[in-house]
Amino acid sequence: MGEALHTFINDLIEYPFLQQALSISLILGIACGMVGCFIVLRGLALMGDAISHAVLPGVALSYILNISYFFGAVVFGIMAALGISFVQHHSKIKVDSAIGIVFSAFLALGILMVTKIQSAINLNNILFGNVLTITPSDRILTIVVAIIVIAAIFLFFKELQLSTFDPVMAETSGLSVKLINYMLMLLLTLITVVSLQTVGVILVVSLLITPASTAFLLTKSLKSMLWVSALIGAASAAIGLFFSVTYNLPSGVVIVLTATIIFLTVFLLHPKTGLLWQFLTKSRSKIA
Amino acid sequence: MLEIQDLKVVYSNGVEALSGVNLQLKPGGICGIIGPNGAGKTTFVKGILGLVPSYGKVRFKGKPLSHWAKQTAYVEQKRNLDLDFPINVFHCVLLGTYPKLGFFKRPGAKEKEAARKAIEQVGLVGLEDRQIGELSGGQFQRVLIARTIVQDADLIFLDEPFVGVDINSEAIIINLLKQLAQEGKTIFMVHHDLSKVQRYFEKVILINKTVIAYGETKEVYTKENLTKTFNVFDNPLFT
Repeated sequence: MGEALHTFINDLIEYPFLQQALSISLILGIACGMVGCFIVLRGLALMGDAISHAVLPGVALSYILNISYFFGAVVFGIMAALGISFVQHHSKIKVDSAIGIVFSAFLALGILMVTKIQSAINLNNILFGNVLTITPSDRILTIVVAIIVIAAIFLFFKELQLSTFDPVMAETSGLSVKLINYMLMLLLTLITVVSLQTVGVILVVSLLITPASTAFLLTKSLKSMLWVSALIGAASAAIGLFFSVTYNLPSGVVIVLTATIIFLTVFLLHPKTGLLWQFLTKSRSKIA
Repeated sequence: MLEIQDLKVVYSNGVEALSGVNLQLKPGGICGIIGPNGAGKTTFVKGILGLVPSYGKVRFKGKPLSHWAKQTAYVEQKRNLDLDFPINVFHCVLLGTYPKLGFFKRPGAKEKEAARKAIEQVGLVGLEDRQIGELSGGQFQRVLIARTIVQDADLIFLDEPFVGVDINSEAIIINLLKQLAQEGKTIFMVHHDLSKVQRYFEKVILINKTVIAYGETKEVYTKENLTKTFNVFDNPLFT
């Protein structure tokens, strides 16, 4: 392992593409970790999943129109979010069903388009991500979007905090909760779309939910939750990239599994709420 | 003066929750909102505040209530809040300063001082760093009252603040509310414990799908009006 790490660091110094892959993974880990906090606290995990799957037809359409995948993906991501709330508000269908209907339809349409247009789009790369094949223009786009998302969270921290914890107080005191919700959905869509190349459609939700959930178990204030989640996101991305490069594995898959291992460690070993300690105290009290 | 004209709230399934509400509510004092379960007490408050789709007009000092958002505080039933949310007592009280801060501004020394003072008033000094999920029902309700004090609103609405609250907390809260009323705040409280109505409220609104009576407690809180409000013959068991 020490040798592999040594080689990785040498490669990192030698190959700019690897430096770029690492910087992108880090900034996405941070941005996803931060947005993810609000997604987790608002119970919107499924929504993140839906948006990430729903962008696929947008990616295919962008290819047909010969424009950056980003624009098509964002448009379809927003359409999915609006479609879900439309179905939910104009029928008695509950939100999880609305999400299921919309996202599977979009995903099916996307797969149909990608396979039928015989494009150069590598479906595998979209579904599972490959941070090493990212183009220079996409790299700049990713960094710009990630910075916008992080800045928005800093600037609107107060509003996001109040409307997440107590939307009724926010609404009565004059804050437009609806507007904040739309902003959060937009941030979610943006960060999901630029994460596609790194972790892929299927797994991006993990980068949003897993570090944030781990941080939720560890912290008592929203600010520290944001920092811890960003840190775990970044660490998962860096460690994941190391294993991906060293053992020639798909980057998205390894990043997600790294985040999951961190989650499981905290889930089991957390000093106060860890499952392992709870189990031990229980069995000890049984023996006594 | 809080004027309510033809307030009507219809649920999405078409059932009228509340209708024909016309009131001229005088400012100042604590006013109890009393009525049986399902009479529309919470809906009445939410209708006034525009939190549910409603018909009719609500005006305070001649202007629509939405104009006074920063002067309006609403403490809904505490069971609607997520007690696992990562926030401690101090920061939860500090939320009360947010509405008047405006965008991009962070709470400063003045806001933090106000929060500290309010925590002292509700008797929670020493618990500032407690996560809200680690409080008793009464302590958490006092946090919400401290947050309302910090909001410094002219109009205060509370929905059943004494449900699941210990006697000590209830006494602290009612005394603080009486103090706020003396300072000129107008307070409305949805309440269900009839035994304390005369002690707590100067004025009452009796509600059952519409306003049955409104006025000074000693004049309006009569056996006749109560029978009308809690009409046993409305009970499906008797029909």
